[in-house]
Amino acid sequence: MTQNQGLHSTEPPIMTAGTMPRPKKPEEPAVRRRRAGRFGQLARRFAGNKPALAGGVLLFVILVVTMGAPLFAPYTPEQINIADRLSGPTPAHWLGTDALGRDTLSRLLFGGQVSLAASALSVAIATLIGLPLGILAGYVGRGPDWLLNRASDILMTFPALVLTIAIIAVVGPGLTTAMISLGIVYSARLFRVIRSATLVVRQEVYIEASISIGTPGRTILLRRILPNVLPPLLIQISFLLASALLAEVTISLLGLGALPPTASWGSMLGQAFAEIRGTPSLAVFPGIAIALATLSFNLVGDGLRDSFGRATRKAEG
Amino acid sequence: MSKRLVEVRDVSVVFHKKAMFKKTRTVEAVKSVSFGIDTGETLGLVGESGSGKSTTGRAVLKLVPVASGDITVAGQNLTDLNGRALRRARRRMQMVFQDPYSSLDPSATVAASISEPLMVHDHVSARAARTRALELIELVGLRASHADRYPYEFSGGQRQRIAIARAIALNPDFIVCDEAVSALDVSTQNQVINLLERLRTEFDLAYLFIAHDLAIVRHISHRVAVMYLGRIVESGPAERVYNEPAHPYTQALLSAIPNPSPHRRSERRIVLAGEVPDPARPPSGCPFRTRCAFAMDICAERMPEHTAIDGGGEVACHLQTSGPELSGAPLGDLTAAAIRPA
Repeated sequence: MTQNQGLHSTEPPIMTAGTMPRPKKPEEPAVRRRRAGRFGQLARRFAGNKPALAGGVLLFVILVVTMGAPLFAPYTPEQINIADRLSGPTPAHWLGTDALGRDTLSRLLFGGQVSLAASALSVAIATLIGLPLGILAGYVGRGPDWLLNRASDILMTFPALVLTIAIIAVVGPGLTTAMISLGIVYSARLFRVIRSATLVVRQEVYIEASISIGTPGRTILLRRILPNVLPPLLIQISFLLASALLAEVTISLLGLGALPPTASWGSMLGQAFAEIRGTPSLAVFPGIAIALATLSFNLVGDGLRDSFGRATRKAEG
Repeated sequence: MSKRLVEVRDVSVVFHKKAMFKKTRTVEAVKSVSFGIDTGETLGLVGESGSGKSTTGRAVLKLVPVASGDITVAGQNLTDLNGRALRRARRRMQMVFQDPYSSLDPSATVAASISEPLMVHDHVSARAARTRALELIELVGLRASHADRYPYEFSGGQRQRIAIARAIALNPDFIVCDEAVSALDVSTQNQVINLLERLRTEFDLAYLFIAHDLAIVRHISHRVAVMYLGRIVESGPAERVYNEPAHPYTQALLSAIPNPSPHRRSERRIVLAGEVPDPARPPSGCPFRTRCAFAMDICAERMPEHTAIDGGGEVACHLQTSGPELSGAPLGDLTAAAIRPA
C-alpha cells in the first residue's frame, strides 16, 4: 500500500504538464531493497507488532547475556566460597549465593547457556526428523503417509515428559540423552504441522505448473514445497523452543538432566528447594529467567503467526 | 506449409472416486476425443463448465492419466512416456493456467519463476538463465526492473504475462492455454490475447485455446471444437462453426452470445432446458438428447457418428445422418416443428 503511494507521488503533477515539456517519469526506485522480498515484508510487519517486537528484543538480550556469560559473569559458576554461603543479594553477589557460596548471577548466566542449548538441541532434532518426513508424507501420500502417520500417532499417545523419563530410566540420566529423546517425541508434533502444510501447498496450481514444465520431483520438493512450508515451520519451532525449555527445567529439577556441578536453570531451581525457607531468593531468580525466556519465545511465535497470516491473506487478495 | 503438430486420437480420461463404505464411482471425464492441431494454428475448445475441456487440455500434456487413446506431439508419441522421458518431452509443450494468482510460486521472484524451465531443461548457469529471463520479461511487455519482484506485487494481467514468459522460455512448439484470459478483466483480456497472437506469429506456436467465452475463441481461433459432457460434438473452421452451426448444442451456445446490434435482436435466443447431466451417469446414446429440442428415438439408442459436413469440419448428430431433412445442410434451416409435428 504505502509503497504504491510512494511510486505515484514521484509522478509530476498534471497541472504543470501544459506549459513545459512533461518530465520523463523517473525510473523505478532501485531494485536492491526488494531483494529481501517476502521475508523483508514479514520483518517490517513483525516490527510493527509491539508484543512481538518486545519478545524479539527480550530474546535477543537473553541470548547475548547468556552466550556472553564469560564476559559478563563476575565469577565462574563453580567457584565455591563457603564463607559467603546463602548470602542473599549483596554488593559482591548481586543475586546472592547458594548453599556452597556459588554466585547466583554467574550460575544463572552460565546455566542459561546449558538450558537454552538443551532446548535448541531437542528442537533441532525434532526439525531434522519431522521436516523431511512431513514433506515426504504430505507430498507422496499413500503408503508412506499412512505408515508415518501411525508412527506419529504412537509417539503422540505418550505425554512427552513421561516418555522422556522412561527413556532416561533405561539409558541413565544426562541432559543430552534427555533432550535427544525429547526431540524425538517432539518430531511427531512437527511432522503433523509440516505434513498438513505440505498437503495444502501440493494442491496449488504452481506445483502443477512446475510438473507441466518438466521439473523433477526432488527439485519441486526443494524449490517449491520447502519455501512455502517455512512459515508454519518457524512458528512451530518458536513454540517448541519454549516448551522444550520448560521440559529441560522439569527434567533437571527432578535431577535427571544437568548433573552437578553443571548449572542449568532447572537444576538451580531444584537445588534451591532445600533452602527455600531460609533463602527464597535462590528459587526466585532462576524462576524469573525461565519465565522471561519462555515468554519471549511465545511472543515471537505469536508475532510470526500474525505476520505470516497477514502476508498470506494479502497475497491472496 | 503448415504441418500436423499435435495429433490426439480417441483419448479417454477416467477418474475413480473412492469413498469409504461406498462403491468406487468412475467418471469418464473425456470420451474418445480426437483432434489435430497444425504448426502455427490455434484450436479453440469451448463448452460449459464440466464439459471436460480443461481435462482434455491436461490430458494432451499428460498431466492427468490417460485411460486410452494416442497423443502425438511433434512426431513424438507421448502415450507410453513416463518419468524422465516424459519430463524431457515437456520442453516442446507448455501450459498457461487460468488463475495467474495461483500459478506462480508466491515465494519465488519473477526472474526465478521464468528461469525454472531454463534451469531444468537446458541446465544453464543461473547467470545465463537470468539474462534470458530478462529478455523474456521485456518480450511479454514488462520491464526488466520487475525481475526481482514477487508475484503479489503485480496485477492479474501482469502475472499472466509472467506465466506466458515462463511458457515460451524454451521455445516450445505447442502451448495449452487453459482459460488463460478468463480470470482477467475485459481490457486486460485484449492485451493478453494480442500478446498471445503476436507470439504465435513470431514463433510459429500452436495453441490449444480452452475457454468458455465464445467471442474470444472466435477472435483467436482458426478452428473450433465444441465439447459437451466429455465428447466433441462439433468441430470445424471457426467461421463455419460460428456462422452455420450444425449441432443443436452449438446453436444454443452461440445464441447465448449477447448481440449488441439492435437489428439482430430478433434472432431467437435458445435457452436450454435442464442441467448438464451427471457425468457419472450420462444419458444413453447421444449425451445431449436430454436437453435437445430435436431429440428423436434414435438419439437414446446410439451415439451419433462424426460425419463431415459442408463448409468443413465434423458433427456428431443424428439429424445429419438419420433425419431426412439434413445431410450436411446448416441447422439454421430447421425448426423443431419440422421434426416433431405438434
